[in-house]
Amino acid sequence: MTVGMECKEGALVVRPRGELDLGVADELRNKMERALDENPVRHLVINLENVSFIDSSGLGVILGRYKKVAMSGGRVSLVKASPQVRKVMEMSGLLRIMKEFASEEEALKSFHNGGGAA
Amino acid sequence: MKAKNSTKIEFLSVPANVAFIRVVVAAFASQLDFTLNDLEEIKVAVSEAVTNAIIHGYDGSQDKTVRVKATILDNLLEVEVEDEGKGIEDLKKALQPSYSTDPERMGLGFVFMQSFMDNLHVDSTPGGGTKVLMRKSPNSCLPRTVVEH
Repeated sequence: MTVGMECKEGALVVRPRGELDLGVADELRNKMERALDENPVRHLVINLENVSFIDSSGLGVILGRYKKVAMSGGRVSLVKASPQVRKVMEMSGLLRIMKEFASEEEALKSFHNGGGAA
Repeated sequence: MKAKNSTKIEFLSVPANVAFIRVVVAAFASQLDFTLNDLEEIKVAVSEAVTNAIIHGYDGSQDKTVRVKATILDNLLEVEVEDEGKGIEDLKKALQPSYSTDPERMGLGFVFMQSFMDNLHVDSTPGGGTKVLMRKSPNSCLPRTVVEH
């Protein structure tokens, strides 16, 4: 698993690649935590285009970061989940609290429009 | 039903093995007429069971043993995941969605196992380890059940 990260328009954009399970959860969590702490961002975009597998360990990392961002009034958006990844996220209820977008651009725009409310 | 094929794997409770084992079980399962979707679901269910053994059964210790047995009987896959860890105190509670003893986790392991497999059977006693048995059939019309002991 590798994870690309970029600050864009006041949001942290995270692009994990590979499988998000127990084996990589700590690494992903630590990297995201550090990026959120070190950068003056309010919102979080998670681009799941290159995530080929997710289970409850991976979901837990996303939920944990959602809680952190939401506590300071920020929002978390998801982009381009594959059908299987999407199915797992939907079953977990995470899609009820995080909006999905077809692209990073749309997700970033939604933060400024005040749209994408949970 | 007589077993047509079976495999047993024993491995250390190392997180990297979660990925290894789900791929092994899915590869084994592909001997049956499962769709790619089914195999993806089996991978999630197996990941959840093995993850539970490591983080709950063994509290994250990486030098313990987890055993997985996969069996093909007629048109049925059976997967057993077993640990000799601390066992489940309150099984009824543990099977409830969103119940977790860890604030960073979602408490959805059993929910995914139950949803993605046709049935789930959990045997566990405090101090006596845990055995999770899951079954799935291709093109399944088996009723979904959860049985607890």
